[in-house]
Amino acid sequence: MVHALGHTTVGVVRDLGRCGWFLIYSIYMIVRRPGKLIHVLKQLRFIGTKSLFVIVLTAAFTGMVLGLQGYYTLTKFGSEGMLGTAVALSLIRELGPVLAALMVTGRAGSAITAEIGIMRITEQIDALETMALDPFKYLVTPKFIAAMISLPLLCAIFDVIGIYGGWLVGVKLLGVNPGAYFYEMEKSVVWRDVYSGFVKSFSFGLIIAWIGCYKGYYAGHGAEGVSKATTESVVLTSVIILVWDYFLTSVLL
Amino acid sequence: MIRLRNVHKSFGGQKVLDGLDLEVPDGKITAIIGPSGEGKSVLLKHLIGLLQPDSGTVEVDGESIIDLRRSELNRIREKFGMLFQNVALFDSMTVYENVAFPLQEKTSLTKEEIRERVMSALEDVGLKNIEDKFPDELSGGMKKRVGLARAVAPNPKIILFDEPTTGLDPIIKRAIHQLIKDTHAKFGFTAVIVSHEIPEIFDVAQNVAMLFQGKILQYGSSENIKNSKDPAIKQFISGSLDGPIQMMR
Repeated sequence: MVHALGHTTVGVVRDLGRCGWFLIYSIYMIVRRPGKLIHVLKQLRFIGTKSLFVIVLTAAFTGMVLGLQGYYTLTKFGSEGMLGTAVALSLIRELGPVLAALMVTGRAGSAITAEIGIMRITEQIDALETMALDPFKYLVTPKFIAAMISLPLLCAIFDVIGIYGGWLVGVKLLGVNPGAYFYEMEKSVVWRDVYSGFVKSFSFGLIIAWIGCYKGYYAGHGAEGVSKATTESVVLTSVIILVWDYFLTSVLL
Repeated sequence: MIRLRNVHKSFGGQKVLDGLDLEVPDGKITAIIGPSGEGKSVLLKHLIGLLQPDSGTVEVDGESIIDLRRSELNRIREKFGMLFQNVALFDSMTVYENVAFPLQEKTSLTKEEIRERVMSALEDVGLKNIEDKFPDELSGGMKKRVGLARAVAPNPKIILFDEPTTGLDPIIKRAIHQLIKDTHAKFGFTAVIVSHEIPEIFDVAQNVAMLFQGKILQYGSSENIKNSKDPAIKQFISGSLDGPIQMMR
């Protein structure tokens, strides 16, 4: 039993070290040899542009449900005029970055792991190495750069669509004063709120690329190995995003 | 010259290479034969630094490739080309892009020069009008030939072949072996071939090494190995079930 415990502990510490090294080396490569612009543009299209539909859809319904719930709560205090503020602050500070990141994790993070994992098991990564080419430059750094650019932009789009979703329900369906909706929002939302959302989404982009690439790069054998890596990637990324969100919120509050 | 000295390698407590010594001479075709699961592909990956030995040395042209920084290892890897067992073509790239990729990334050739080199490499392996196809649109034999073209195109000093004919029909096998001989005659590279193809490999390779129980059991000219008196080599060549090589180990 002691032997098994020791074996597991050594395995966990080794994996954590490898995962940490992966992040450090990826950042080093971004700074030293970021690769060709075309590779980054391709990844921007994949991670950013192709996530637009799911982000818009999720944002619209998140804003609409916030409009409903917010109205229900605020009418108890006779403050339905504050609905715009409630919707905007919830989205900009918290829900925009987190939900956008979780959506991108499901759509692009899983695909990143599967793509790199398949390249690993079919020896395509070994082929790059035998050509004296660093696989990080071609497979990893473009995804890091694209995710760190895409996430803040997707988050901004999420926020705007969500605010209009809340407006649709609050103003158009439930009769909140349209002037109050936007006026109170403008009065309450400050640069620090937007900045906080930006920092969060930027760091979530880094986490999605980090875990997605790491899990694919070290995927196990065969189709089962890639399938396991993809599942672990989505679960681990989602958990890290939520935990990191708590720590970041406590610092940025 | 590639030289391995006292190379040991284990995976999860299972010994694969056990004090292996081997010298691969320049400009010749050397084949590594041996039963399945004996570590031939593992040995091949040590030659190019894809795997590092637990102990022992691997030298390429007198330079050790053990524990090198990535940049130093890449400098040595520029001498190599490799044809993988499963070819390992980039599946998101066309045939042309696959063959052109190492040239685009590692040389300062112009687009026209790269085009010329790619088309010439594809012609050398007998492929025409397939530049725009993707790997999954090709047959196994065609994929192997594209892999060979990709390995040959940068004109490397050494090419490693990991079971280049596995899973192919006898005619395609013979064609691939002939291609290896022809391209070797044309470019003069050093070739290391891991193969199970007995007896055909004796016609392709000038030197043969038999890997058995983690060591090179015997190394010599094709003729010497073909006529070896060693019971394991004799059993392997004849395909007999009786002998020192036990299948159900």
